[in-house]
Amino acid sequence: MKGMTVIVKTISSWVKILIFIFGIYIILFGHLSPGGGFPGGVILASSFILLMLAFSRQEAEKYFPLSVASKFDCIGALLFILLALMGLGFGINAFFWNFLQQEYLAAHETVLKLISAGSIPLYNIFIGLKVCASLFLVIVVLSMTRPELPSEQEQHLEE
Amino acid sequence: MIYALCFLLFMIGLYCTVVKKNMVKIVLGILVMEYAVNLFLILLGFRTKGVAPIIDRHALEGGQLTELFVNTSVDPLPQALVLTAIVISLGSLALIISVCIRIYNKYGTFDITQIRRLKG
Amino acid sequence: MNIPLPLFVAVPLFAAFVLPIFGKKGKSAATFLANVVTLGLVAMAVSTLGRTAVYQIGRWPIPFGINLVLDGLSSLVLVAVTVVSAAAMLFSVRYMEQYTAKSKFLCLFMLMVAGMNGVVLSGDMFNLFVFIEIASLSSYALVAFGCEAEELEASFKYMVLGQIASLFILFAVAITYAQTGYLNMAYISQSVAASGMSKGLYFAVALFIVGFGLKAALVPFHAWLPDAHPSAPAPISAMLSGVLIKTLGVYALARVLFNVFGIFTLSDLHIEISWIIIGLAILSMITGAFLAFGQTDIKRLMAYSSVSQVGYIVLGLGLGGLIISKGLNPAWALLALLGGLFHLVNHSVYKSLLFLSSGSIQMSTGTRDMTQMGGLANKLPVTGTTATIASAAIAGVPPFSGFWSKLIIVIAAVQAHYYWIGAVVVFVSLCTLIMYLKLQKNVFLGELPENLKDITEQKGTMKISLIVLAVLCVVMGLLLLVPALKEGVLEPAAQSLASGAEYAVNVIQMAR
Repeated sequence: MKGMTVIVKTISSWVKILIFIFGIYIILFGHLSPGGGFPGGVILASSFILLMLAFSRQEAEKYFPLSVASKFDCIGALLFILLALMGLGFGINAFFWNFLQQEYLAAHETVLKLISAGSIPLYNIFIGLKVCASLFLVIVVLSMTRPELPSEQEQHLEE
Repeated sequence: MIYALCFLLFMIGLYCTVVKKNMVKIVLGILVMEYAVNLFLILLGFRTKGVAPIIDRHALEGGQLTELFVNTSVDPLPQALVLTAIVISLGSLALIISVCIRIYNKYGTFDITQIRRLKG
Repeated sequence: MNIPLPLFVAVPLFAAFVLPIFGKKGKSAATFLANVVTLGLVAMAVSTLGRTAVYQIGRWPIPFGINLVLDGLSSLVLVAVTVVSAAAMLFSVRYMEQYTAKSKFLCLFMLMVAGMNGVVLSGDMFNLFVFIEIASLSSYALVAFGCEAEELEASFKYMVLGQIASLFILFAVAITYAQTGYLNMAYISQSVAASGMSKGLYFAVALFIVGFGLKAALVPFHAWLPDAHPSAPAPISAMLSGVLIKTLGVYALARVLFNVFGIFTLSDLHIEISWIIIGLAILSMITGAFLAFGQTDIKRLMAYSSVSQVGYIVLGLGLGGLIISKGLNPAWALLALLGGLFHLVNHSVYKSLLFLSSGSIQMSTGTRDMTQMGGLANKLPVTGTTATIASAAIAGVPPFSGFWSKLIIVIAAVQAHYYWIGAVVVFVSLCTLIMYLKLQKNVFLGELPENLKDITEQKGTMKISLIVLAVLCVVMGLLLLVPALKEGVLEPAAQSLASGAEYAVNVIQMAR
């Protein structure tokens, strides 16, 4: 795959960093302004997909190999479930309870600051990680399939 | 009245799914139906002259937060439902498109009248 | 010991995301862990029998938060789901060696189990929809697992129809929220009981019947089942036909119609809602039985038979609803509901046994076509015996479990003076018997063809799961005959449906 023209390649190589930082901003401020884990993850994934479109799929895979993406996918979901299960340590009916806010931070009344609302920003980060890895995997795998036309199949048979 | 229009959009999507012969058009019909249902859900929470259900510093320091929120903001619950529904439809769209691509690899066509090996 | 209810969903989800990390090298470790998880789920499910609980997630009180509800019906269906999934997982240890991506299979299987557990335990309408979607999406991927041409075609048809069904369900949930203002099942039930049904709610119930009917493969909506169930790998066919169509379709329909909306009459048209359900059920029973006669593919015949048997289950439920709404003797309604739910559990066990033994036959002989087989009873002893037991059970031969559940439905129909329903049930039982006699004759009796002279039984854990399910087929008749088991297991389930609006009262009381 050849990739696009020089102008597109140059600009996308610095815009991709801006998109990445914007995605991280949306994930981190998810409890204060619209956004959160899922849209932030989609924006993070789109920065890698921009790389794939402007250069070639091999370049994108050099930055973010498929095996690493698949591991991040599983790890993001695992951390989410572990954080939800940790609530059970505070009582039998506290699955998914916001234990960081209610137990540890209840003394500090912080509202509308970046570090507030307990475990909700952590949930956002794990979901953002998982969504980024998943969407990147989906789009790269979809672009890997090549149609087998009947004439190619006959050539294979002849060989 | 506007809910009837949402239902009309849903029926247009259903028509597209049922009548068209190209597999990708069938998938697009499903997408139109998803949009119609999401639109219906969001419109349920609407309130004329309502504001977005976000609390910011002015509202917090102005006092009387609860009354302000309950009297002027739109219903935030359908918005949460729609977020979940959009994520689910993204997952199913990825799956159905990849199956379409694999079917094209095997059968060589997108036309469903020619993809009929399972009969009876 | 009181197990917190979210563990039924959280443990399979955790396993689903841990298992792919093992990769290709840790395949046997991953399989072992998966089997341990499913067997642990069986133990957990059996420990919930006889207990009722409400769990509020995140300690948010009920109308604001999501809750999980465990009552008699939930624990019965949970036991059925976990037992069938444990048997299928044990079978797949050897069977899935034929496919390449086993770690992805384990991940998807665990996601499907987590989704089904969530559907059964959910106490909130939108939560029900989300778990239905989780289970459905993983089943679409599992049907297409082998990536052959026919499997992909079947999966595409299944996916399109399944997505349409899910959209109908979501539309109905949205309309319910608009009309009542709540999403929690208990609060919707109280709101409907207080202010009656309006036109919007009638429309929502119609959409629910279509959506859940599509998931349960009732007859106008069954077109995906005969393609999807044969194309899936055998343990997945067992799961799909054995538990998925029942939790996503029949359980959800029963919960919404009996407990949330209450059995009502369409007063303008003077038709009971139960007659619509009974009509769909009878149509499914007859169509499924007739269409199964001409099939030559073993799994396709069993898939059409599933359509017919789901009709039995829905007939039992509809009959119970009819008796309740007409105000006749409530003991008859309890009997009809008991018959329907007992048939649900029975059918899970013997249909999954049939599909697993067809998988064993396919692995040994390499074909699914009945006309190319014959006389396999000597070559495959374990598979032959268990398949014979399962066929006898599904056809209603005493003393296997299928006879008792069909008998109860006939008795309930006759007691309520609907003699023609009893006659239809007996007639379709005869058709089922003919269908399975044909299967037995073509596959196990008769002459052995030339090319199959050297086949042997497959070794390994496949035999264990077949034998366990066959023993359950024989023994489950005891669930009805032993009074202690009947009152402990089956009657709470039927009671929780028959009590209707008391579900809401119990939930709100237990949550306080």
